Amino acid sequence: MKNKKAGFNSNTILLLITIGLFIVLYAGGCIAYGYKGFTHLQTFLNILITNAGLICVACGLTLVMLTAGIDISVGALVAMDCMMLAVGMRSGISAPVMMLLVLVVGVAFGCLQGFLVGYLQIQPFIVSMAGMFFCRGMTAVISTEQVSITESISKIFYDLANMKIIIPFGGYANKKGMIMQPYIRITVVIALIVLVAIFLMLRYTRFGRSLYAVGGNATSAAMMGLNVKAIKMKVHVLCSVLASIGGICYCLNTMAGSVTQATGLEMDAISSAVIGGTLLTGGVGNVFGTFFGVLINGTISSIVKTNGKLASSWPNILTAILLFVFIVIQSIFAAVRRRSK
Amino acid sequence: MEENVVLTARGISMTFPGVKALENVDFTLRRGEIHALMGENGAGKSTLIKCLTGINDFEAGEIHIEGVNGPVKNHSTREAQNVGISTVYQEVNLCPNLSVAENLFIGREPMTKLHTIDRKSYNVRSQKIMDELGISVDVTQNLENYSLAIQQMVAIARAVDMDCKVLILDEPTSSLDDEEVEKLFVLMRRLRDQGVGIIFVTHFLEQVYAVCDRITVLRDGHFVGEYPIADLPRVKLVAAMMGKDLNDLEEIHKESLDVKNAALEISAKGLSHTGTVKPFDLDIHKGEVVGIAGLLGSGRSELARSIYGADKANTGTLEVGGKEVKINQPIDAMHLGMGMLPDDRKAEGIIADLSVRENIILALQAKKGMFKLLSRAKQEEIADEMIRTLQVKTPTRETLIKQLSGGNQQKVILGRWLATNPDFLILDEPTRGIDVGTKAEIQKLILKLAGEGKSILFISSEISEMLRTCSRMAIMRDGEKVGELDHELTQENVMKAIAGGEQES
Amino acid sequence: MKKKSVFSRLSSSNLLLPIISLILVMAVNIIFDIASGNNPFSFFMITMQNTTSNGMVLYGRIIDILNRGSEAAILAIGMTLVVSSSAGTDISVGSVMSLCASFCCMLLAGYGVSSTNDLAVPLVIGVLAGILMGVVCGAFNGTLVAVFEIQPMVATLILYSAARAIGLLLCNDLIVYVRNDSFAFFGSFLGPIPTPIIITAICVIIMTVVLRKTALGMYIQSVGINRRASRISGLNSTKIIFLTYVVCGMFAGIAGIVNASRITSADSNNIGLYLEMDAILAVALGGNSLGGGRFNLAGSIIGAYTIQAITTTLYALGVSTTQAPVFKAIIVILIVSIQSEPVKAYMKKRRAVKAV
Repeated sequence: MKNKKAGFNSNTILLLITIGLFIVLYAGGCIAYGYKGFTHLQTFLNILITNAGLICVACGLTLVMLTAGIDISVGALVAMDCMMLAVGMRSGISAPVMMLLVLVVGVAFGCLQGFLVGYLQIQPFIVSMAGMFFCRGMTAVISTEQVSITESISKIFYDLANMKIIIPFGGYANKKGMIMQPYIRITVVIALIVLVAIFLMLRYTRFGRSLYAVGGNATSAAMMGLNVKAIKMKVHVLCSVLASIGGICYCLNTMAGSVTQATGLEMDAISSAVIGGTLLTGGVGNVFGTFFGVLINGTISSIVKTNGKLASSWPNILTAILLFVFIVIQSIFAAVRRRSK
Repeated sequence: MEENVVLTARGISMTFPGVKALENVDFTLRRGEIHALMGENGAGKSTLIKCLTGINDFEAGEIHIEGVNGPVKNHSTREAQNVGISTVYQEVNLCPNLSVAENLFIGREPMTKLHTIDRKSYNVRSQKIMDELGISVDVTQNLENYSLAIQQMVAIARAVDMDCKVLILDEPTSSLDDEEVEKLFVLMRRLRDQGVGIIFVTHFLEQVYAVCDRITVLRDGHFVGEYPIADLPRVKLVAAMMGKDLNDLEEIHKESLDVKNAALEISAKGLSHTGTVKPFDLDIHKGEVVGIAGLLGSGRSELARSIYGADKANTGTLEVGGKEVKINQPIDAMHLGMGMLPDDRKAEGIIADLSVRENIILALQAKKGMFKLLSRAKQEEIADEMIRTLQVKTPTRETLIKQLSGGNQQKVILGRWLATNPDFLILDEPTRGIDVGTKAEIQKLILKLAGEGKSILFISSEISEMLRTCSRMAIMRDGEKVGELDHELTQENVMKAIAGGEQES
Repeated sequence: MKKKSVFSRLSSSNLLLPIISLILVMAVNIIFDIASGNNPFSFFMITMQNTTSNGMVLYGRIIDILNRGSEAAILAIGMTLVVSSSAGTDISVGSVMSLCASFCCMLLAGYGVSSTNDLAVPLVIGVLAGILMGVVCGAFNGTLVAVFEIQPMVATLILYSAARAIGLLLCNDLIVYVRNDSFAFFGSFLGPIPTPIIITAICVIIMTVVLRKTALGMYIQSVGINRRASRISGLNSTKIIFLTYVVCGMFAGIAGIVNASRITSADSNNIGLYLEMDAILAVALGGNSLGGGRFNLAGSIIGAYTIQAITTTLYALGVSTTQAPVFKAIIVILIVSIQSEPVKAYMKKRRAVKAV
């Protein structure tokens, strides 16, 4: 046992820092804005509701990043999904069919990107940049105006979006003395299912482990008999499908399709993953960390919103500062690890 | 097939564009033996191994493996593994971010009924494998938490668990310390006793004699011979590798230049670089050609690099022209009048996508600084002069250097340094992979430069070429400068010095 | 034999790709003009038109392309150097453009002022401060990439999301209008010629002179091709990579000011939006490998104008601003697929088979 290094490994420390940061931020919010209702359970649930789509997208992106890849097309894909849903349902196609269609498009789009990255060995950044252009443009091709989804357009979708799932505890009395029961939306349930499913997939399936292997050392992975090209392709398909699921969640929140929707969502997802301890160099990371990354982003937005006086750009700046801190910490850890060898 | 033989290769030939890498090479591996494959750079060791593991596609010859009918021709490492040939390289081909157990089982994990990975079962099985091999690790820990030696052993364990009959260890000990090497040897012997045939490639003679049963020597792509370890003492092994039979060694006398009275150009005291070269002292006078003799991996390149600042020295002092200096990076050394032609031409020498002219003037320009651009006319003049004096065969001076042959590329790099007019020039393997004519030209050039009062540090795998040019030689062995020879410079003496004491063989 | 050698020389030239693309775009324009019954060469026609604000000015589709393509062309200069030295892209330039524009306008208008006709500080100070902001951003990126050795894309991701937001903050979440003729000059006309064209030309000329008169160009390429060999030959790769990012930031600053001047305001949310993508695309289209190494500045500039020509043509064909990216995406994928190693290897194999 003499070769074994004592203590935690650096990745666990990063995850702990992330979770600690979330708790500190949230506690800070509770202390500062407790009088505005920040302490209510609903505030936390609202963070989940607002970011349900982002959780799905970020999970997918985490998978791609594990293989040392990147996919910046996801935000645009979400916008295209929303637009497809809105326009499709407006023209009379039923909601379930449209949702299925969105997923199929996700698969097809992922296949194309995955082929270019895996088999033609084009840099993932360039491929997904083109993918981003394509999806944004296609969104506009479908419709250049904002299309709202109303009850008359699709009853099913409308009901789905407005369905409240009541949580039986944590209620509070509002100013009028009415008991407010905290609730979540269906999107949160979808997001949490996705989160758990991906977590289990990463831990308990061959494919999940092979993602870490490819990201850790693609040459080694190939020498150990893994089909690296196919794995890269599959992970892009999975990422696009998860982004499409995220797109449906996003649409259930916004109930509209528009060209400018979800701009910068890919960067929110990337920063969430990085803050959650996923290395952009691949091989290290976990959707659990990403989840906390999303929560941190959400908490910052929520605090800024609750404050009401801070400029709207503060969440972006704070997230960027966090991103900076985490990237520098990661690079220091990497340097320490190199030196210790 | 002979009894006990697990692998035979007969008449293997293979050419790379312009080079005959292997010609009619034989190799035989028996069950339960550790077989050293020896040879200097370019002898064809790695080419042969790549033929066995399916990376190279050999042209002629046959490979037979026990248990397989007919000749075997692998097309990928995967196919090689299927017939029982596994390779462990110096850089471990595992995933550092996965646990030890995962590295053992990736791609062939035991599954539960639900088609999920049976983590418990493979952790238990992995621990059992490691315990059986006597490797003390916690298999649930990430591989990167363990030393390189352990990582290598995990790679070996993976190979063994995949039922390999032939285990190839390609320079596994290059980055291990003595204690770790000993642990590895324990494992190797254990596997040998279990009946695995092991091919061991290394540059460390000590290790060959410590662990091997048999030696096959290659030289210049040819099979030199196969010897039981007892029949081949060190000096004979070195001779076989270097290509001179001790019996017909001709005495080459070199006029000793009277340089002892010349001023000191370089004086290193206790210089070292952690992990590659132990503290050494070295004096070089003006107009002197000093050779560094030693096998590859003996620290001969690393010694030169620590003087030049390519690897910053950790300890010791360096005086240049009598003044103590501090060299942090190569440009500092260049301003002190040094130049270095590195041994790895492709990785550290040529700038592949730049033209011959740009490659020639690069160092001079770097020395002058960014804002004092040499005029185009001046650049062309320098380039043309170097192309002429060094007889570089290039279509034009604007041809990209990557389009030239190896020898001509080397001349261009040499030209790059001559253009800076250095007082002290380090030449690390300047003649590697170069035709005989060019070799002679470079040797002549070295003597000419020394005649002009320049000091030269010359490193080569070919002793004969150093004998022809050097007036003194420093001997390197296992990262340590073990001595200097300045009289009776003969091939025999140098080889003996390189090989070290006979006490262990 | 002769013919083949001409062809092979042409196909090995770095400028082949951008020139072919440009010719294709022109051909599409000509066909379109013929089909719609216009003068087939109306694409190339340049006329003088009288405008109320600027007097007689040049007018025509080519002028429009050169004018509108200015920002992308300026960015492409810096991006070319960054790609060459570090084999990575600076994705923050669009965002940095916006920050520089906001900073400049904020200084010119005064903090918190949303619209002004008079300048709060001399124009020179505002403009120089804007460019300086770009340099600072470049230095930040350069430090992360060159010193901390963080992948360029990741390092520049920070400013990609922060710079625009900081700009908004500086402008107090407002669109700051600077309706002043001296400021508007950078986006309008100098005599009959649009000022952005002249500014771009000056930038290109200065950069060309710097590359010609100093060893910078060779240093950058050398480091980009082989960092280790460059070090042995006496180059300080950290310093050189850092420098390219600073230069890139500086050009982002210039582009930002041109853009702000064009619309006489600092619209933080829209200035430079997606322009980093255009700049990267221009570099790739210009025949430069995104894997770093040898670069061709002329190619990148032509690439930038080609993209603008495509955009302008698409608009002329009735494609809306928001739909145009679809075509850009398809073009990018085609170009990089042709350049990809497996496709090259496949073509080589086919050619070899044919030769047999």
